[in-house]
Amino acid sequence: MSQDHSLNPETMPQDPAKATMEGKHKHLGLWIFLGGETVLFACLFGTYLALRNSTAGGPSSQDLFGLELVFLMTILLLTSSLTSVYAIYHMKNNDFKKMQLWFGITALLGISFLALEIYEFAHYIIDYGFTFRSSAFGSAFYALVGFHGGHVAFGLGWLIALMVRNAKRGLSLYNAPKYNTFGLYWHFIDVVWVFIFTVVYLMGMVS
Amino acid sequence: MTENTNTNKINSFQREKNRDEMRQQIITFALMIFFTMIAFFAVMMGISSTFVIPLLLVLAVVQVGFQFYYFMHMKDKGHEIPAALIYGGIFVTALVIVTFVAIIWW
Repeated sequence: MSQDHSLNPETMPQDPAKATMEGKHKHLGLWIFLGGETVLFACLFGTYLALRNSTAGGPSSQDLFGLELVFLMTILLLTSSLTSVYAIYHMKNNDFKKMQLWFGITALLGISFLALEIYEFAHYIIDYGFTFRSSAFGSAFYALVGFHGGHVAFGLGWLIALMVRNAKRGLSLYNAPKYNTFGLYWHFIDVVWVFIFTVVYLMGMVS
Repeated sequence: MTENTNTNKINSFQREKNRDEMRQQIITFALMIFFTMIAFFAVMMGISSTFVIPLLLVLAVVQVGFQFYYFMHMKDKGHEIPAALIYGGIFVTALVIVTFVAIIWW
C-alpha cells in the first residue's frame, strides 16, 4: 500500500485524532458546528420557556411528567457519555478492539435512551391525548425534546456507520479523527439533555 | 537498542498520562451522577420553588462545565477557538432566552 496510516507502537502519535492536518481541521470544524447547534437549541429553549404555560386547557407539565422515567433516561445518556470517553481512552492507547467495544456499549445505551423516549411520547399521546397540536405548550415541548431525540437518532446512525465501515480496517490516522469527532458530538448531545431534564422536566414539575 | 528502549519509555509515559486523565474523567462522571441525584431529590422532596429552581440551574451549569472542560477536553491546550465558539453560543442563548421570556412578561 502506498499510504499506510495504520498505527503501531513506534509510529503512534500522542493524540492520533489530531496528528494530521485533516484531523485538526475536522476537530475545529466540529466545534464550529457545535457553536451553531448551541444557537439552534437556544431558539428551541427560548420558545419553550415562553410557551410552557400556554396549555389551552389541555394537560400541563405537572399532569404529564413523571420523575422515574426521566431519571432513567438521564442516567442512560450520562453513562453513554462516560463509555464514549472510555472508547477515546482506548483509541489513545492504540487498542482498536476495546475502542469498538466501548463505542458499541455507547450505541446500546443510546438505543435504550431513544426507546424510552419513544415510549414516553407514545404514553403522552395515547393516555393523555397530548400531541404536537394540543396546545402551544405541546408544540414547544415536542419540538424541543423531539429535536434532541432526532439528534440522538442521527448520532446512532453516524456511530453505527463508523463502526461497521472501519471494523476490518483497524485504527489509523485516517479514521481516528472520525471517531474523535463523533465522541465530541455525543458529549454535546448529553450537554443539551442536561438542560432539557433541568429546564423542561424538573422545573416543569416544581412550578 | 537504546532508541528502542527510549520509545518504550515514551509509550509508558503516554500510557501513564492517559490513565491519569481517565481517572480524572471517572471522578468527573461520579460528580455528575451525584449532582443529578441532588437535582432529582430536591424536586422529589417538594422544597419551595423559589429555592429549588436556582439550585437546579446551578447544578446544570456545573454539570455542563464538567462535560465541556473534562469530557470534551476544553481544559486542554489549543482550545481557545472552541471555547470562543461555545461562549459565543452561550451568549446568544442568554439573549434569546431573555428576549423570549420578556415578550410574555406583560
